[in-house]
Amino acid sequence: MRPTSARLLNVLVPVKRCVDYAVKIRVNPDQKGIDLSVKHSMNPFDEIAVEEAVRLRGKLKDAVKSIKVLTVGPPKAAETLRTALAMGADSGIHVELPETAPSPEPLSIAKLIKASIEKQKEPIDLVIMGKQAIDDDAGQTGQMLAGLLGWSQATFASKVEVDETNKVALVTREIDGGLQEVRCKLPLVVTTDLRLNEPRYASLPNIMKAKKKPIEKFQPSDLGVDVTPILETIKITEPPKRIGGTKVESVDELVAKLKAAGITAV
Amino acid sequence: MRLVSHYNASLAGLTEEQAEFRQAVHQFAEKEITPRAAEIDRTNTFPMDLWEKFGDMGLLGITASSEYGGLDQGYFQHTLVMEELSRASGSVALSYGAHSNLCVNQIHRWGTAEQKAKYLPDLISGKKVGSLAMSEPGSGSDVVSMKLKAVKVDGGWKLNGNKFWITNGPVASTLVVYAKTSPEKGSKGITAFVIEKDFEGFSTHQKLDKFGMRGSDTCELVFENCIVPDENVLGTVDKGAAVLMSGLDLERLVLSGGPLGIMQAAFDYALDYVHERHQFGQPIGTFQLMQGKIADMYTKLTASRSLVYAVGRACDNGHVSRRDCASAILYSTEKAVEVALEAMQCLGGNGYINGNATRVVRVPPSAEMTEMSTPTSGYGYSRLWTYGLDLASDETRQFRHYAVPIRPTRRGGGGGP
Repeated sequence: MRPTSARLLNVLVPVKRCVDYAVKIRVNPDQKGIDLSVKHSMNPFDEIAVEEAVRLRGKLKDAVKSIKVLTVGPPKAAETLRTALAMGADSGIHVELPETAPSPEPLSIAKLIKASIEKQKEPIDLVIMGKQAIDDDAGQTGQMLAGLLGWSQATFASKVEVDETNKVALVTREIDGGLQEVRCKLPLVVTTDLRLNEPRYASLPNIMKAKKKPIEKFQPSDLGVDVTPILETIKITEPPKRIGGTKVESVDELVAKLKAAGITAV
Repeated sequence: MRLVSHYNASLAGLTEEQAEFRQAVHQFAEKEITPRAAEIDRTNTFPMDLWEKFGDMGLLGITASSEYGGLDQGYFQHTLVMEELSRASGSVALSYGAHSNLCVNQIHRWGTAEQKAKYLPDLISGKKVGSLAMSEPGSGSDVVSMKLKAVKVDGGWKLNGNKFWITNGPVASTLVVYAKTSPEKGSKGITAFVIEKDFEGFSTHQKLDKFGMRGSDTCELVFENCIVPDENVLGTVDKGAAVLMSGLDLERLVLSGGPLGIMQAAFDYALDYVHERHQFGQPIGTFQLMQGKIADMYTKLTASRSLVYAVGRACDNGHVSRRDCASAILYSTEKAVEVALEAMQCLGGNGYINGNATRVVRVPPSAEMTEMSTPTSGYGYSRLWTYGLDLASDETRQFRHYAVPIRPTRRGGGGGP
């Protein structure tokens, strides 16, 4: 059982190193993957998650005892952790995979995060993470993590308010029909949507300070998780090229064309 | 082939830390400067609000001690920052260079503890803008012939005269100004002063309407019985030439980052264009003429970078050489002009258009090029280029403007602080 006294909050932010959003993706000739010898950076949704954690500390001050960031990835993923540390996180956890290892699937990642949380001396109260990564756009890890842990979950958050004394959070979610507010008990997994905040960039002094912040390293085996993919990638192709449209002279012509294309009124 | 448009970190020989440092500055510039570069150029307006952002980012005191809010880094890092800011906007980067190197670094190197404590924190946080004034209407290349006169009065000095082509002059609060305290002693009668814009008798004339580097404000400074207290003498009375000359070497190095950034930007832009533009049913980049230009541009850029970086590393290792600093800026500026013109040619007719709706590259290489000598070094020559290059694009891409300040030495034929 968790102690019910006014304990301080410990926040965990899992982040992913992705191909940079500005890079044009190119499929490898073997159609089994994409060209990864390009610029990488932190998944933009995860930047929003780190920013939210840092802002939470700005609001709640000392009530946020620690902000840890975690990544699963090759040695170079440590750069992504450093970026998060430069943005204001306190310490990092790097679950290191070999450079050539296949990209682990959401379920493996969720299991690794769960195992890391259970390894912490002090319990984690809040996980804030991107709703999806911009590389595979799976959008599953947060939900799987909450499921595995048996915690509350609030996905696609556009606003997060934490009441640290009562250990509840009020989260505004972006849903198809508009906005939904949910009240969640901590511990909680929040996944971030685009409009939650605008992440800061790390300043040079903070980048330098971040070098002194600790990063713990683990192997998946240390955490007792098998990260072998269970899905097989058969083929990766580029999306079909868009073909330019034509201009029509009149509404009648437009309607005729729509009908010819088999589109009718609903 | 398009991979070369990315900065070549392995060839540049950056350590992991330096690469991260450069990347952070690049991201900052892309976000804060690039979207505004066209507007700054068009309106010729200094972006005052950027200065505190520079301060927050930690850019304004790269070589200054952390005691005053600086970063405790070397000239190599400062050159990297200059390069990345110049990729976004040559004019903003020029003002940045004048502030962070010419003013901040000079006060940091030569100031007393009191002067540093008084002036550096506000300059490094971006609350105030800094400048440095050397040239005069009649003293460009021959800077030690300056006429601004400082006469000893009780408790200080009375300055009379003027300074011309002063970068950041209209916006600066803190200015390093050289004046003749013993005119009869020539170069041995120069003294450096720290001037505050509110000093009585100090004023600035109207902002100059320049051909390039628009948005980096330049003007004339006027001193009419301007009283400067003794405690504002920077260094020793009559020893200002040492302050001036040693500062010039480091200034040449740091400002060499400017042409590197311009070249990278022009190259990246042209490379994209030759892939996108089709003629005779194929991208123009498949034609040998264009491939030759791309190869030339890439080679000039990487050769310039290799030289500038080597000089930067040497300076940080304690080997500040006048000839090497001068050759770094001489070579990089020459190549920047060539690369810009080649980029312009890659764009064909679009390269000659200055406007919003179409993709343009505007290259006014108003070369004010002056062969010159540096008598104190006994060595060689350097040249002065005043040169500007603007790149911009259609609505789908953001405007990007570049203009280069290139003042290899203060002894150039006019231009520069």
